[in-house]
Amino acid sequence: MESSGPNSLAVRTENVCRHYQMGHALVRAVDGISIDIRTGDFVALLGASGSGKSSLLNLVAGLDRPSSGAVIVHGENLAALSREKLAKYRLHAVGMVFQSFNLIPSMSLLENVELPMRFAEVDRRERSTLARQSLERVGLSGRLSHRPMELSGGEQQRASLARALINRPKLLLADEPTGNLDSRTGTEIMDLIRSFNQSLGMTVLLVTHEQALAEKYAGRMLHLADGRLIDDVPINAMPNDAVRNHDLPNISSAEAPAPRGETRGETQ
Amino acid sequence: MKFYDVTDLAVRNLRESLFRNSLTTIGISVGVASLVAMLSLGIGLQQLASRRLQKSGLFDTVVATSRRDFRNFREQREEGLPPAESPALDEGARQKIEHLPGVVEAYPDIRFVTELRFDDKPHLTMVAGVPFSAKNNNDAFDGMQGGFFSSESVPEVILQKSFAEELLGKTPKPGADNTNIAELAKPLLGKELVMRYAERIAPASASPSKTGPGDGAAYSVVSRQQALKIVGVTDLDPDSMRGTARARVFLPLKLAQNLHVMQSELRDTSASGAPTYTSLSVRVGNPNQVPVVEDAIKKMGFSAFSIVDATRSMRQFFAVLDVFLAIFGSLALAVASIGIVNTLVMAILERRREIGIMKAVGASDADVRGLFFAEAGAMGLVGGAVGVTLGWVIGRLINFGTNIYLERQHFPPAQIWSMPLWLVLSAIAFSIVVSLLSGLYPAARAARLDPVQALRYE
Repeated sequence: MESSGPNSLAVRTENVCRHYQMGHALVRAVDGISIDIRTGDFVALLGASGSGKSSLLNLVAGLDRPSSGAVIVHGENLAALSREKLAKYRLHAVGMVFQSFNLIPSMSLLENVELPMRFAEVDRRERSTLARQSLERVGLSGRLSHRPMELSGGEQQRASLARALINRPKLLLADEPTGNLDSRTGTEIMDLIRSFNQSLGMTVLLVTHEQALAEKYAGRMLHLADGRLIDDVPINAMPNDAVRNHDLPNISSAEAPAPRGETRGETQ
Repeated sequence: MKFYDVTDLAVRNLRESLFRNSLTTIGISVGVASLVAMLSLGIGLQQLASRRLQKSGLFDTVVATSRRDFRNFREQREEGLPPAESPALDEGARQKIEHLPGVVEAYPDIRFVTELRFDDKPHLTMVAGVPFSAKNNNDAFDGMQGGFFSSESVPEVILQKSFAEELLGKTPKPGADNTNIAELAKPLLGKELVMRYAERIAPASASPSKTGPGDGAAYSVVSRQQALKIVGVTDLDPDSMRGTARARVFLPLKLAQNLHVMQSELRDTSASGAPTYTSLSVRVGNPNQVPVVEDAIKKMGFSAFSIVDATRSMRQFFAVLDVFLAIFGSLALAVASIGIVNTLVMAILERRREIGIMKAVGASDADVRGLFFAEAGAMGLVGGAVGVTLGWVIGRLINFGTNIYLERQHFPPAQIWSMPLWLVLSAIAFSIVVSLLSGLYPAARAARLDPVQALRYE
């Protein structure tokens, strides 16, 4: 397996499937996807609601296990890991940002950011220093003792980013990070993510249904529909190839806040 | 996760739903309180009974007699020197016995039947000498009217209730025991009683007998009388272990010795002519030492007997009683443990998303399980501590109430409640263990929660 050097593979999925039973119906959330993502890449996963992009992200995040196939991150097959080792993987190898921020409401920002370090058994003093630095980096040094509900959506997402980066992961997984934000705040968050991608060499896998956002920040777009990969487009080949191949609606989502009920994006 | 972090997060979570968690904790407290109150009463009653039995002198006393006394019915079965060659039970022997390890004191038994005159009316009864140490050792003198002898050899007497009634010409109704001891004592305390007795006077020149012991040691008998002041009236029977031979009037032992009253059972078998004792009461510090002391006395050549330690069977009875009390007390704790399960399962439902977040950022199953365990344990600890305090208060109240009742019934106060440190610590530990057991299912359920499902939960 390749090492984690600049041009090595960060993520590889081999014919990965995630099927589950819902009543009598078999839902094929992810249905045989094989992709390679190089270390330091900024990749966007695009698709409509139910296309399987979040399910794929959850498999890469180690939150879920594939029904078949392999998910290999930095040379380790996640499907073969025990629950304990998978938790360690989530703790040290990946950072996650969610659409709904997922900060714990009863904790202050500082405590929220410190939380992963509690599980990593980092010394109390050290983790306080690191959490402060992390919050400072996302511009929240003045809001350490505030609770999430006392902050704006953008501030909450920045805190969530600070938490995702606290254990210095090599892989950042962002599931619609701007979905609940207005366009200006969304741009701020995406700029931050890009800066981490560029300055820290962190691999970023972004789930979004906003074509424009993906085009602006990602180096590569993976289009999903019905759990399958239908197109793999490097940004420098855009827009002509993509339009030619899939007739994608070209919506400039930077202008308006993205609605949650997604109808945009790729339709098959 | 480190222990500090688990505890910190657990306490934080408990504070978040303070009202609900407080109610659950109160449930545990009530359970622990009932358990502690029941057991502390059981232990208290056991200690009270044990104390009473010990103070009765039944189980910490060895009675030593001379083997020269032919009336000793055990003599035939005992090994050792034949009666004729065994040593005399005199002052030297008494001192030796008193110096045996484990022995607190050894004093001669002096008791005799004699006539006492009160208001010029004669009354015949058994009189016994009481060692000054009985002031603190004999329960019967604890709650009596008046006071104990002012010194070791003053001409004072303490009367048993039934003799006091006889002096006043009262006849108690059979079966009814409702005499007011305070009223009974009032006309008697401070009054004088005249004791008529026979003084035994040893021969002027004591010479060793050539014909052997028990052969015609001579003494004279002189009729005497002694005025005695009534200082106390006891409700209980200080001489209860003597059965039919028990005395109803008590003199200071030193005074009784100084009077040289002729005792019916006395046989002066001393070869030297020095006075000997019929029997000695040997008081032992700890009832467990009774057999050892009894053996040591036998080795010295005397007969010795003691009553088998009846506290053993009493302890067994109380052990059974304690088990029953503990079972009843635990019922409330069992109900409380269902409350813990309920609270924690509710907490899982409420904090489903939070658990999902924790798992997403790297919490392992063990971390989540540990957190729920810690919450259950913390409720158990607080519930246990509050419960013990509550149990202490309940025990005190029951003790207080019982003593008011005892006082109304003219009984001395009694401590029927006891909460030793081991009970406090084990009640808290038990509460924690029960809480942790209750937390097993919720903790396992929380740990197995699927993070993807949990994060979807609103």
